[in-house]
Amino acid sequence: MTDIGAGITPGLWHRLYSGKTFPVLTILLSILILWYAGAVYMNSDRLIDQYERNKTDWDMEILIEDAWSMERPILPAPQQIVVELIDTVLGKNITSKRSLVFHAWITLSSTLLGFAFGTILGIILAVGIVHVQTLDRSLMPWIIASQTIPILAIAPMIIVVLGHLGLTGLVPKAIISMYLCFFPITIGMVKGLRSPDILQLDLMKTYSASSSDVFWKLRIPASIPFLFTSLKVAVAISLVGAIVAELPTGAIQGLGARLLAGSYYGQTIQIWSALVVASFMGMFLVWAVSLAEKATLRQMGGQTA
Amino acid sequence: MFSCMPSSIARTLPETQRDAVVEIEKLNLTFPAPDAPVHALSDIDLTIEAGDFVSFIGPSGCGKTTLMRVIADLETPTDGHISVNGMSPAEARLKRAYGYVFQAPALYPWRTVLKNVMLPLEIMGLSKQEQRSRAAKNLALVNLEGFEKKFPWQLSGGMQQRVSIARALAVEPDLLLMDEPFGALDEITRDHLNEQLLQLWDQTKKTVVFVTHSIPEAVFLSSKIVVMSPRPGKIIDIIDSGLPRDRTLDIRETPEFLEISHRVREGLRSGHSYDD
Ligand SMILES: Nc1ncnc2c1ncn2[C@@H]1O[C@H](COP(=O)(O)OP(=O)(O)O)[C@@H](O)[C@H]1O
Ligand SMILES: [Mg+2]
Repeated sequence: MTDIGAGITPGLWHRLYSGKTFPVLTILLSILILWYAGAVYMNSDRLIDQYERNKTDWDMEILIEDAWSMERPILPAPQQIVVELIDTVLGKNITSKRSLVFHAWITLSSTLLGFAFGTILGIILAVGIVHVQTLDRSLMPWIIASQTIPILAIAPMIIVVLGHLGLTGLVPKAIISMYLCFFPITIGMVKGLRSPDILQLDLMKTYSASSSDVFWKLRIPASIPFLFTSLKVAVAISLVGAIVAELPTGAIQGLGARLLAGSYYGQTIQIWSALVVASFMGMFLVWAVSLAEKATLRQMGGQTA
Repeated sequence: MFSCMPSSIARTLPETQRDAVVEIEKLNLTFPAPDAPVHALSDIDLTIEAGDFVSFIGPSGCGKTTLMRVIADLETPTDGHISVNGMSPAEARLKRAYGYVFQAPALYPWRTVLKNVMLPLEIMGLSKQEQRSRAAKNLALVNLEGFEKKFPWQLSGGMQQRVSIARALAVEPDLLLMDEPFGALDEITRDHLNEQLLQLWDQTKKTVVFVTHSIPEAVFLSSKIVVMSPRPGKIIDIIDSGLPRDRTLDIRETPEFLEISHRVREGLRSGHSYDD
């Protein structure tokens, strides 16, 4: 028994020490320590004011305790956010407006729709650019220019114009999300569709292959690794787009709306928990795309871009 | 012995054009370059008849690949005349007149071995069943049974090249253009494939154009050996081999074989002394 135990323990320690776990945990611990210290530092001014106005006796211990449990702190302590998260994620009916799951779902749906729109638009633009020479010259400058205009300036306009056309709710938000996320897809796909080398193209020529054969049997498969690289970037951006789109609409639903409402009313804990949910959603989306990427590329012989 | 056309058709053609698969006259090709244009092919005259096995031999950069690419309509000559099957190379290419084996395997990495060989057959619109059976047959011919489901990166360079040979053979073209197909192979595989290719040529009466660096390979395989020299790329000797069509590797020991080898070597040597 002891032999086995002795055999496992050093192995485990070794893995922790030489793998990623140990460094990641160290960083996490450092962040937590800094965070708790920061919470005391940021919140102490208001607390001390309060103590002096109410003429209460206070010492360091009381100050720290209060700083980590304020109702509207400048910087909430991590455990306050965790409590809020548990309450609003698990503690509420998910159809209720007070449930974060509900708000997350609203944002997720416009993210996914925007991502789908952006993927389709991005691919169509790329195909046009690669196959029609005039589009290459005429379209590309516009596409690049579209990304230099700050989205926050355009978003209200899109909402107003689409609202006038009778489009409200999910679609305008998805379109703003699309506006942000199609760009990396276009760039990646243009690169991917142009990635076949001269030899691979010459081979098609010797078969006197039609341009649709060249497209479907050579350009498209060659572009798949490039497409996935862009999709991973695009899906994270489309989440940002969906959140940004909720701000000018004055939406009352969605993570963006929670951020906005939180900042109106100084509900910092609410802001932070919406932020945490948004981060996890972003990570989840990128992870899901990576998973699809791995499965697809394995199917295609394990090539990489 | 050379004709595979019905004699009635052959008789109606003018004497000089009969059975000519490739006819090249006074052909020149210069690659444009701002500083120094490369005169890759200079005054090439060559006729390849149906059923010929023609080898291009010569040092690197003498234009062997370029000449082959001109025949395949992958390169356009600067001036001169060339016809393939009595047509322009472009027309011949559109009619899928030839199969081409590139110097590099040029396999598609996302396709399995079997799917790579099926690629041209898919494009030709053959039935799935026909695609599969032709691909399997030609993979067997190059000794690659059992590798159908592998991806190219799982194969050695030599095996990849054999896949590309199977891919060209699966098209079953009357004209086979092969650019140093066996360059990456070991001696034993090379001997084996040389014999296979020779058998195929003898049995199917295909016309083969073959690029090689190896004198024994050229002499063993060819009915006609074209010796080339570089800068500018030109033909310095065309040797009609009198060796019988059905040969075995043993022929490499015969005086006739050695005599032809000697003449090829002399040609190559004289080509070299031009610039070195
Ligand atoms: N696409 C090209 N552009 C410019 N020069 C080329 C090109 N292809 C080949 N050449 C030049 O033409 C000459 C003949 O090349 P190549 O036909 O490949 O020779 P070989 O196959 O006999 O080794 C070389 O000098 C080579 O550098
Ligand atoms: Mg070459």
